[in-house]
Amino acid sequence: MISRQLALIPMLMLPFAGKAADYVPIPAGQFESALAIAGHAAKLRLAAFSMRSEPVTNAEFLVFVRQHPEWQRGQVPSLLAGANYLRQWQRPLEPGESVLPDQPVTQVSWFAARAYCGSEQARLPNWYEWEYVGAADATRADARRDPVRNQDLLSAIEGTSGHLPGVIGTRPANVYGVRDLNRLLWEWTGDYAAMFPNPDARVPGSVANLALCSGSALAFADKNQYALMMRVAALSALRPADTAPRVGFRCVREPKRK
Amino acid sequence: MLRQLSITLATVALLVGITYAPASAAAKEPAKKPATAVLAGDFGPPQGKPVEEKLVPPPGVPAPIHRNYPARVIVRMETREVVKEIADGVRYDFWTFNGSTPGPLIRVREGDTVELHLRNAPDSHMAHNIDLHAVMGPGGGAVSTITPPGHESVFTFKALRAGVFVYHCATAPVPMHIANGMYGLIVVEPPEGLPKVDHEYYVMQGDFYTTGSYHQPGLQSFDMQKMLDEQPTYVLFNGREGSLTGDHALKSSVGDTVRLFVGNGGPNLVSSFHVIGAIFDDANVEGGTLVNHHVQTTLVPAGGATMVELRTPVPGTLLLVDHSITRAFMKGALGQISVSGPLQPAIYEKGPSTTFASKTARPVQQSVALSVGDKAADGKRVFTQICSACHQGNAMGLPGAFPPLAMSDYLNADPKRAISIVLHGLSGKITVNSTGYESVMPALGPQLSDDEIANVLTYVLNNFNNKGGTISASEVRAVRAAGPAK
Repeated sequence: MISRQLALIPMLMLPFAGKAADYVPIPAGQFESALAIAGHAAKLRLAAFSMRSEPVTNAEFLVFVRQHPEWQRGQVPSLLAGANYLRQWQRPLEPGESVLPDQPVTQVSWFAARAYCGSEQARLPNWYEWEYVGAADATRADARRDPVRNQDLLSAIEGTSGHLPGVIGTRPANVYGVRDLNRLLWEWTGDYAAMFPNPDARVPGSVANLALCSGSALAFADKNQYALMMRVAALSALRPADTAPRVGFRCVREPKRK
Repeated sequence: MLRQLSITLATVALLVGITYAPASAAAKEPAKKPATAVLAGDFGPPQGKPVEEKLVPPPGVPAPIHRNYPARVIVRMETREVVKEIADGVRYDFWTFNGSTPGPLIRVREGDTVELHLRNAPDSHMAHNIDLHAVMGPGGGAVSTITPPGHESVFTFKALRAGVFVYHCATAPVPMHIANGMYGLIVVEPPEGLPKVDHEYYVMQGDFYTTGSYHQPGLQSFDMQKMLDEQPTYVLFNGREGSLTGDHALKSSVGDTVRLFVGNGGPNLVSSFHVIGAIFDDANVEGGTLVNHHVQTTLVPAGGATMVELRTPVPGTLLLVDHSITRAFMKGALGQISVSGPLQPAIYEKGPSTTFASKTARPVQQSVALSVGDKAADGKRVFTQICSACHQGNAMGLPGAFPPLAMSDYLNADPKRAISIVLHGLSGKITVNSTGYESVMPALGPQLSDDEIANVLTYVLNNFNNKGGTISASEVRAVRAAGPAK
């Protein structure tokens, strides 16, 4: 029985054979976040880092859970991954035909995403890092003032309602060489719980600004970034063990020391 | 100065002291209520078995409440993101409560404790929550109900004030969640209930912003710029053009009373709610306890509501409109109440107005001979000025309300019949392109000359993919002289 299962593994792995992830360098820079801190736009100076050019895929995450059985569905404690963890996979080690190898992996908890990044000597990006890279498009480092770009993102996000994210790599990379940041899915950030206070993810007694009607508008310095607001709202509703069909992740690394 | 102030303060302190002295006969104000005082509308803890709220899709309304005690009412709702038709052939990605825009009407009794279970469907890509204007407390419940896809939140509140209240999603970006259809009404009945009526319906207006123009077919996206400019593509009752017209018209009978719970989700527009052919005997101003009478048009603010009662004493079709009337005829804000029953000539009778008109036709105009091109231009002018108001500029009509003149089998089957219709009007049921219509076209004989009618009919017959043909002024003259068919 066991030997039969083992014999099947190479066959099953074939379509999901992962390739090594590309990390592309992101230069240091000045940046103004769309989120307000104490009512003012956050002006930041970001240090250089490198970012995965694409979100982590089903194929890559399958390799990870094979090597780290403690993160397999059914093995992982519910404290670290909720009931819907990898629910779209047919079996814990068989994604099945309803998902594609090149599709971003979703239904992964923040804890699992963090563990994955650790396994490739990386970490989850913090929000500002993500937003900094996400502000770019194929020709501009900061395309956020372009209403055509903003409407395009909204339409793309809405057009995929009710489905798992599409496959990666169908759109041109942005000026840094990073793909699929804004359109396909929401991505965990390492500091999401601290950035987006909400009643579920915080100590009792704190004010939940973003969950509130008026608060949600006040917390954004740039109120025109609807796609970004949707992202913040989607992430802020989650507890770290929660998973969602459109929430996945990618990782970042510190720059290599020369 | 300082001394004076201190004396004054001492005096105040003394007075306060006297007021608070329990034995003092001089105490005029009642003792302050303790913080735990029972609020108005609070009739104590819920009694009896919890009640499962039976929600129905709009325009339906849950049955009136006949309880005489406060209960725990359990309401279960699910937020869903669904692609549905916003108009014939036009699809839109609606965000909804329970799959409909508006979400179901919630009906409770003042003093009830409402236990709201809010689920977010697993395949949603947004988090959602609910802010109910019937709630007294932070965010109207928004804070307590933020729910990721595949989760359920439970939130309990006491309905302390009777009235008609809006609920809506309040997740960022709030305007987008509302523009996509996430709103509904919660009715808190007063303890004695609402007066009995024959029919109750639920209508909610909203403005919609699509990337494509009005009636542009296919899947349309939310248009952020149009929303910022507050220039909607559609203004609709119950989230779809035609949701309350034709086969979906609200029903009443001669002599019946109708109560409409009317809300406005917005996000931007204020509604001038009016029913053509009716007077609101009662209109609860802004959904509160103030009742106005004999109202023609009542304002429904964005994020506000009203409750109106009207009587339908005669048969026929009444039109629900936003009387900012462009929205009704150009953007879809049109509904119908179809009233059945025997004619009531003592109250409403159509008279022979066309006879008078035929004697006063303008003879001078008939002597002016227009070229073919001028006739076409004149026909186009008449069409644009008069016909297009109802039949629309593209002659496609409005689903359920006004029949199309474009590619019209009814028109092409008998073009001469159209002469009489334009001259004398038409009412009653007709079938055009296999769709039934039951509305009233006014007689235009008094208003238009024989030449104008001939020109506009010729124009319509030779445009809008109709089969062609010519109607002459002399043909019109003959039909006018014959008078309306009996």
